[in-house]
Amino acid sequence: MSKIKPRAKIPKEAELDEVIEIKTLIRHPMHSGRVKDVDGKTIPRLIINKFNAMFNGKVVFTVNLEPSISSNPYISFPFKVKEEGTFELSWEEDGGNQYKLTKSLKVI
Amino acid sequence: MIRTKIGGIVNISRRKAVKMIAVSSALFCSGVGDVLAGKPEVSDQINNIISGSQAREVDVFLDVPEIAENGNQVKVAFEIESPMSESDFVQEVYIMADGNPAPNVAKFNFTPYSGECFASTRMRLSKTQDVYLVAKFNDGTHSITQSTIKVTIGGCGG
Repeated sequence: MSKIKPRAKIPKEAELDEVIEIKTLIRHPMHSGRVKDVDGKTIPRLIINKFNAMFNGKVVFTVNLEPSISSNPYISFPFKVKEEGTFELSWEEDGGNQYKLTKSLKVI
Repeated sequence: MIRTKIGGIVNISRRKAVKMIAVSSALFCSGVGDVLAGKPEVSDQINNIISGSQAREVDVFLDVPEIAENGNQVKVAFEIESPMSESDFVQEVYIMADGNPAPNVAKFNFTPYSGECFASTRMRLSKTQDVYLVAKFNDGTHSITQSTIKVTIGGCGG
């Protein structure tokens, strides 16, 4: 299995009051629990079930994901720039594993 | 006359029988059975979400392809007109696909920090079906929109 790796595309700097689009992607198989492997055994469900976006400690956007989301889930969302700071993005997997990513944003 | 009650007399000519089979198979192929199987679950869920709230007239754009060649990766994007201020913002957006084994696709939770209300992701679709978007506003009102997607190759495995 390939390594689970989160990625995010955030502008490095933005103007005040500008609405930026943040694009995120995590490499993950998103086993829905319905697919069978070559031996005919069902692959158990293992998905990313929650995506959280925090900015300077405040929750700005979250998504609850279900098995109907494609593998390597891509999520894009808006954010209005009010101050400089750091984004903390986290993906929660079934079973409690967490994948995190931090990115900083500058105001020009 | 055909009587289908148990114990009734069934008197069907060959010609009628052929007609009946043709009509019933046409109904079957047009997916009437699928609609009956998939829809109540989704409408129940939608009713749960919107129970007791009022509908709101608002511009909602649900951007999905008309025809999805690969059901494994279907882009779904939406944009909802809203000031996204502390007093008036879109709180939750549900995406549902009524033909999937599990109709829930995703739930997006917005905050006033978002500034605008749009988002996109990719979903799996098992077959040709309707996709619903239910938006819930912070004042308790809601808005529903729906779009049909034709799926060439289903994407739910198994």
